[in-house]
Amino acid sequence: MSTQYKPAIHFQHVDYRIGDLEILNDITGSFPQGRITTLVGPSGAGKSTLLKLCNGLISPANGEIFVKDKAIGEYDPVELRRMVGMALQSAPMISGTVYENLNLPLELQGQQLAKEQAVELLEDVGLKGDLLDRKVKELSGGQRQKVSIARTLVNKPEILLMDEITSSLDRASKLEVEELISKINRKYKTTIIWITHNLQQALEIGDYTWVMMDGQVVETGESSLLEDPQNGRVEEFVKGVVS
Amino acid sequence: MSYWALSLTLIFVLIPLLLSKTLNLGLGRDMTVATIRSIIQLLAVGYVLKFVFDSESLLYIFLMVALMIVAATHNAQKKGAAIQGITWKIAVTLIFVEVLTQGILIGFNITPATAQYIIPISGMVVGNSMVLSILFLNRFTAEVEDHQDQTELILSLGGTPKQAIHRQLINSIKASMIPTIESQKTVGLVQLPGMMSGQIIAGADPIQAVQFQLLIMFLLLTTAAVTSVFLGYLSYPTLFNKRMQLLKG
Repeated sequence: MSTQYKPAIHFQHVDYRIGDLEILNDITGSFPQGRITTLVGPSGAGKSTLLKLCNGLISPANGEIFVKDKAIGEYDPVELRRMVGMALQSAPMISGTVYENLNLPLELQGQQLAKEQAVELLEDVGLKGDLLDRKVKELSGGQRQKVSIARTLVNKPEILLMDEITSSLDRASKLEVEELISKINRKYKTTIIWITHNLQQALEIGDYTWVMMDGQVVETGESSLLEDPQNGRVEEFVKGVVS
Repeated sequence: MSYWALSLTLIFVLIPLLLSKTLNLGLGRDMTVATIRSIIQLLAVGYVLKFVFDSESLLYIFLMVALMIVAATHNAQKKGAAIQGITWKIAVTLIFVEVLTQGILIGFNITPATAQYIIPISGMVVGNSMVLSILFLNRFTAEVEDHQDQTELILSLGGTPKQAIHRQLINSIKASMIPTIESQKTVGLVQLPGMMSGQIIAGADPIQAVQFQLLIMFLLLTTAAVTSVFLGYLSYPTLFNKRMQLLKG
């Protein structure tokens, strides 16, 4: 990985297990600040678990995680989660309208999101402002995903974690969300850590990549490594995905 | 009722036993055990109550109520095994409900502080509180499991455990109270409550029986509300750890 960027998040010999089942094993590495890093690898590699560790939704069994050079355990969990936002593949919504969902992060702080700001957020993610009063159950998969991203942006996170947010979208929506991720990164200088199964996406949108397999980080570096992997298992994986 | 008439009531046990045998329901053994247990338990409690009433000792009243709470806690805790420390949470809830209701009844001189009133009313309060605890725990554990994604969503947006579990908690409290509220709506129209029926059969004035029944029904409404809210607020924090993470399984 390039050394010119400060790490936004750094993992140091991190293990995670559920009971006797080892999910992550000795993870060490950094996600550079202000850049887009993609996490690729087969299902069950531990990518989603790694994201949850970054957001403090779970804690490691061993090792240390540093967010902006400070041990994750030293953060107040609420403060950490507002700083490290997360958008999930399933884009879970609370029942109600788009506005109620966008307002949720501020409602949790006893505040209210102004309607104008909500419209601005919708426009930022490529949706029209008139969706504000629409019931979330009436949204398409793509719209839902964009609302989920917009909702995460309400907290103005410095780091944004995205878990396969485009995997269930059609091609057009996929392209829009890809463009949106680049835009968020450029506009807000947000560090983005993005799980994707689409290696083309990782090459085109990501600056860096981590390849994970069986709970371990197998290879990290510039996204171009996916075109010419040094590790035999990564090469096999890339060929398998491409073919 | 004569002993002959009492033994004839066993006809009401024979009918389901015959149905079970004819239709191969496989419930014969369970019904026989239930019948024998109910005869022994009720006869035993009858003699114990007679002893306690005759003694007029507050210590015996206290021991009777304590026994009810222990038995109810033991029965209800099985439904909340997933919640850490559920046994003492149920016990504290039942004690709180009992102290609150008896405190109001005796404090405001609504009923006299004698075994004849305290024990049967405590039985109804603790029994209903136990059923409410079971209903609440059943619903709450299902809600938490079914809506894990919602809970984690709110946590991931910087919400506190209380905010993350709020909807599930409120849904469970409401759901567990519905049977009590609904049965009060139809009381007198669909069913005559057991206590009132018992008093009328025993020769009491129906109006007086109704007055006591009203007292019990209002009491049970408080029991329902306080049990589910109290148990809910005691239970939810143990679903999370100090780092505000949802504990699974």
